Amino acid sequence: MATVELRFSAQPEHVRTARLVAAAVARRAGVDEAVLDEVRLAVGEACSRAVGLHRTNNIAAPVKVALTEEEKTFSIEVSDEVPAPAGSIPGARSAPEAGSRGVDLEADGEDDMGLAVISGLVDDLEVVGGENGGSIRMSWPTASAVVMP
Amino acid sequence: MDLSLSTRNVNGPNGDRTVVEVGGEIDVYTAPKLREQLVELVNDGSYHLVVDMEAVDFLDSTGLGVLVGGLKRVRAHEGSLRLVCNQERILKIFRITGLTKVFPIHTTVDEAVAAAD
Repeated sequence: MATVELRFSAQPEHVRTARLVAAAVARRAGVDEAVLDEVRLAVGEACSRAVGLHRTNNIAAPVKVALTEEEKTFSIEVSDEVPAPAGSIPGARSAPEAGSRGVDLEADGEDDMGLAVISGLVDDLEVVGGENGGSIRMSWPTASAVVMP
Repeated sequence: MDLSLSTRNVNGPNGDRTVVEVGGEIDVYTAPKLREQLVELVNDGSYHLVVDMEAVDFLDSTGLGVLVGGLKRVRAHEGSLRLVCNQERILKIFRITGLTKVFPIHTTVDEAVAAAD
């Protein structure tokens, strides 16, 4: 079970809330202070992507963020409810038609850049697409993982 | 913290420059405001922009996309878009996306304003 679970309607203004909550829980879990900026950015990117997918596909369901403190790691899973197109490569469905998000895109390439940023930030990353939706799973070591006995 | 924006014109040694001071968080919610500002400046004929990011607390890929869009617009008028940034956590995002090769990034506004195109 997740330590903290967050569901928010797919509106851009709530992404900041998700970032703040994720950073707060990560800090409590013992994620290194120096890494918290990366956690904040990565979870923001994943949530922005999920919000964009929900809005593009007119999905009313909330975006889900699960923050889980484990023995040596802290993990975040951001889930959307947009089914991956049949036969698509998991993770490759991240680029809806440019401009179709209706929020703010003008084919400036934010969608691809979001995943690029996450890939650059997070070593332990899994992007999954399925018929019931997709998710981005990320994890970071906690302080207890590096403390010597 | 929300996004704050202000602009001022500076007469530099290589011509007029418009300095856009950005503060706060640039993300999926606030980036459209920055985009509107850049589009408006270009529509009004300001083709040489200096975006001062020293007061930016947070920048994500949506913000990067807006800056890239701004660069495309000024380049269409043979203009320029220079960034001012000394914050490591912001510079890191430009580095991992390879955008340090796309944007001239300066340490001071004066340096960016004085730069020749």
